[in-house]
Amino acid sequence: MEQTQQQIRFSEASLKKIEEMKTRYPEGRQKSALLPVLHLAQNEFDGWLSAPVMDYVASLLDITPIEVYEVASFYSMYNLKPVGKCMFEFCQTGPCCLNGVEELIEYTEDKLGIKVNQTTADGKFTIKAVECMGSCGTAPMAQIGTYYYENLTKEKINKIIEVFGQPDFDPFKKYDI
Amino acid sequence: MGTKLLLEHIHVPGIETFPVYRSKGGYRAVEKALKTMSPDDVMEEVKKSGLRGRGGAGFPTGMKWSFLDRKSEKPRYLVCNADESEPGTFKDRYLMEKNPHIFIEGLILSSYALGSKSTYIYIRGEYKWIVGILEKAIAEAKAAGFLGKNILGSGADIEIYVNNGAGAYICGEETALLESLEGKRGNPRMKPPFPAISGLYGCPTVVNNVETLAAVTPIINMGGDEYAKLGVGKSTGTKLISACGHLNRPGVYEIDLGLPVDEFLNSDEYCGGIRKGHELKAVIAGGSSVPILPGELFLKNINGEGRLMSYESLSDGGFVSGTMLGSGGFIAMDETTCIVHNTWTLARFYHHESCGQCSPCREGTGWMEKVLHRIEFGHGHQQDIDLLVDIARKIEGNTICPLGDAAAWPVAAAIRHFRDEFQYHIDHPEKVKDSRKAHLPNYKSVTV
Repeated sequence: MEQTQQQIRFSEASLKKIEEMKTRYPEGRQKSALLPVLHLAQNEFDGWLSAPVMDYVASLLDITPIEVYEVASFYSMYNLKPVGKCMFEFCQTGPCCLNGVEELIEYTEDKLGIKVNQTTADGKFTIKAVECMGSCGTAPMAQIGTYYYENLTKEKINKIIEVFGQPDFDPFKKYDI
Repeated sequence: MGTKLLLEHIHVPGIETFPVYRSKGGYRAVEKALKTMSPDDVMEEVKKSGLRGRGGAGFPTGMKWSFLDRKSEKPRYLVCNADESEPGTFKDRYLMEKNPHIFIEGLILSSYALGSKSTYIYIRGEYKWIVGILEKAIAEAKAAGFLGKNILGSGADIEIYVNNGAGAYICGEETALLESLEGKRGNPRMKPPFPAISGLYGCPTVVNNVETLAAVTPIINMGGDEYAKLGVGKSTGTKLISACGHLNRPGVYEIDLGLPVDEFLNSDEYCGGIRKGHELKAVIAGGSSVPILPGELFLKNINGEGRLMSYESLSDGGFVSGTMLGSGGFIAMDETTCIVHNTWTLARFYHHESCGQCSPCREGTGWMEKVLHRIEFGHGHQQDIDLLVDIARKIEGNTICPLGDAAAWPVAAAIRHFRDEFQYHIDHPEKVKDSRKAHLPNYKSVTV
């Protein structure tokens, strides 16, 4: 559904947090809070940043929308298109490749019937391949929501798909896999 | 057992909480500094310690601090670079997760020395859960009176804030980090002016790595002279090394600088050797940007002398036969590793992470990735190896920031030492096209 400006509003807790964040920087430098606020927005508005959401963020920080768009499009963690509730972000850099992440990505693709950068038809899963996550000693790994899932195996992937596909899956919670 | 300064209490249950950290002597350095030392005294101890930047460049920290423009009437800032993203490096993550207070204590000491009233930690966006760990530690320190206004009656006001990035390796470059912290795209700035003169919001700024700032805590506790006795030569103190790849015991280790590389790689106190049934083929000693070395050349320099884990020993031989200690991201590879494949994945990384500002890097990293991809998957041309060398040479030194060099070096070094593997891929396309594994079991450099 197309989001409109009227429907977009942060929760009271987030609005309070944003006001506090703005005080961390000198007068007139509230734009410094842009990256953290965009993370909050992504967390609250279905995991991605629509143009109306970015316009809303611009209004909160008293900056122009283009200042938000240019930042949102520069950093790889901001999703500019809808993503699944469970988004596998597999690290695909050298050390993870040494430990077999490529085979694991292919396995996950087969299992879910989608390719990297695609989302399942039911909107539950997205697969992304990202660059080094700082988890090289526990490779192969993927970030899902807030947390890292490390030393991954095919068995663990099976379990993640089973558990994280449930309606009560919370991407901000840590699961024991 | 080596000296443990940063990881001494890492296995004590609850060390991440204030009461346990305090019971192990935590915040004694802050008490000592703020009650008995002037900011200049703190800086003097750091200078004496010989501490060098632990983020990768190895620049003397005390000297970097001394460049800060103290005559300026503008506010001064300390910014901590916690944007750890060099492939192979995960030491700062470990320290912040497991022992956040030693880091916060170092930040307070450094903020005091530099006169920073608002200190920012810029942490990579992916470390989402660590933001909470740090904010809790900051709140605990503040509640105990070690942060905030007029700390311990010294007159110093210090606040520490955490600001998260959003997935951009380039923000580990200090001027890109400052741009990002100002809420902009992470495009590195032209230098000069250096941040020490004009950094965050155009004010005098020092940017230091997490481990560097954490090391200020033991330096103040033991004194700079004592710290300088640890290590070897100009590589003083201890260093965190994050070890990964084909090892029996990957993980984060604190070593005395100067530890023999053979001991680090093979002893059970550290990496425990290459995984069972396999042999060492190659090592990337200090994060993916530093030149790869064949196992033999890593263990011993060109004169047959055993290397040490120190800035000087690892760089012995320059880029012809040496490498760098870098960030301490240690990647060991066994004989199953295809160097072409590994180099391609690293080239893909740098292409993805180039900010796009300078043409040699924006275009060159993409070309290198493309050429390496076709070699790896059996479509290489005979002239491709020389083409790669040529591209790497034309990126190096021709960009605003060091990302260009960081992208060029791994490719140039892989070809320097493993050229025969690249040639094999070009000569035998049908044999290489479906396999990611090694095709040649070479352990020696082909040129050195």
